[in-house]
Amino acid sequence: MTMTKNRDITRQAATTNDVASPVCGGECKFITRDVNVFYGEKQAIFDVSLDIPDRSVMALIGPSGCGKSTYLRCLNRMNDLIDICRVEGTFLLDGEDIYSGAIDPVLLRARVGMVFQKPNPFPKSIYENVAYGPRIHGLAKNKADLDEIVETSLRKAALWEEVKDRLDAPGTGLSGGQQQRLCIARAIATRPEVILMDEPASALDPIATARIEELIDELKENYCIVIVTHSMQQAARVSDRTAFFHLGRLIEEGPTEQIFTAPREKQTQDYITGRYG
Amino acid sequence: MANSHIVKAFDRELQELESHIIRMGHLAADELENALVALRKRNAELAEETILKDREVDQLEHQIEERAIQLIARRQPLANDLRAVVAAIKVAHELERIGDLAKNIARRVITLAQEKPPKPVKKNLKRMGKLVLAQLRGILQAYEDKDARLAMEIWRHDEEVDAAYSSLFRELLTYMMEDPRTIGLCAHLLFGARNLERIGDHVTNIAESVYYVATGERLDEHRPKGDATSRILPAYSGPLDEDDDDEDDFNVAIGGRGVGRKTSPEGEGEA
Repeated sequence: MTMTKNRDITRQAATTNDVASPVCGGECKFITRDVNVFYGEKQAIFDVSLDIPDRSVMALIGPSGCGKSTYLRCLNRMNDLIDICRVEGTFLLDGEDIYSGAIDPVLLRARVGMVFQKPNPFPKSIYENVAYGPRIHGLAKNKADLDEIVETSLRKAALWEEVKDRLDAPGTGLSGGQQQRLCIARAIATRPEVILMDEPASALDPIATARIEELIDELKENYCIVIVTHSMQQAARVSDRTAFFHLGRLIEEGPTEQIFTAPREKQTQDYITGRYG
Repeated sequence: MANSHIVKAFDRELQELESHIIRMGHLAADELENALVALRKRNAELAEETILKDREVDQLEHQIEERAIQLIARRQPLANDLRAVVAAIKVAHELERIGDLAKNIARRVITLAQEKPPKPVKKNLKRMGKLVLAQLRGILQAYEDKDARLAMEIWRHDEEVDAAYSSLFRELLTYMMEDPRTIGLCAHLLFGARNLERIGDHVTNIAESVYYVATGERLDEHRPKGDATSRILPAYSGPLDEDDDDEDDFNVAIGGRGVGRKTSPEGEGEA
């Protein structure tokens, strides 16, 4: 399926809540404008415009209920699965509107993979967990092909050495950290362009967390990664850019080193330094 | 005004760090003030006391650094808190250097106790001393109030300190050239003035830290350097290397003639 890459960004970033989102030139993976999301009558996201560069990590931070996970789920249309959820605004992936009728959400989710907070491997073997996606999307010509995809994905997720001798063992038998890496392998097996992570390490111990962070460092050379995290320190460690959400609005976005050493907005500073707002 | 941290201990620790800096700063300023009084009054006893008190300043630097490290380890400060903690370490270091320079001035008082500086030099040194002391106390206030505007003012005002130093430099050179008997005294006073000028520089470093903590930005202006002493060279009437063998002719410099002159103005001078 060929995509027409629309590099002509004719609309400048709209100023939302006094936040001017940068237009990342030709390196934008996602361009989102005027996003409003509702759960029934209740509005969860207000006028958010945000650009997400390719081959980098964007961290979404903010207090509970600020809308960061809701926004994340818009990027691969997971919110479609929630009946009362209504999404408005423009979401361009490589210049193409992902909410247009021409896009198949299932195929979209192969391109924009997701890893969740609680590792959720399928109740299948390690092999099957990783092979499932490529198989149903017809990404492998034969068994040898599929074997290769499984091995590559497990290697990329830094899990291969630990499981190569027991690929038939159930995925649920692995430790928490290994399960999460299995879910990452599963997500990258469909050769996505974007990986969304919703608090991928919050259920893991510090060593497993460090391994996931190391993996993110490696993955970002080839993927666009968007990560929601509660941990300020984790956002500071892994991301290139950080966006701070509060009560459904985008308060500030910028290079991570600037956000954590000299944020422009008092609200941002209050949140990251642990002050009363 | 910054809001409080949800964890009160964090606020307390930051506050304690800050008050240690302020205490250290005032100790250093007192040290300078006493050294200058001792110099003016040729009071060797006051000078000795001042020298002893410098230990307190040194100890405070270590304590402040230790506290800052603990804060970083335990609180993982970010944004303005992080800038404040890093600045505390830097400012403590600058204050320690200021203390050392003040101590150095005091040391010279003991050496110069028997000498009487020329009146104009005394006056100009006093003026320069007051200026530098005011800069130091001023920057401590700016630090306490996180006042970027005041910090920048003080930073710019260092130009005056440099100008006072250049002027004293010229003046002391003139005395030394006119009367070699004053060389010993003037050399010490020159170093004393130099110490004051260096203290002024350390104050500008502190100003840069205060500005950064308050605004998150660097003081970017190109500070005009008023210290012209590197370009001052008194006119000699003859070379020091008389026989042109690339060696200073020490018998010219020491053996009774004035430095750099083939003939001294009033016959043989003192060795």
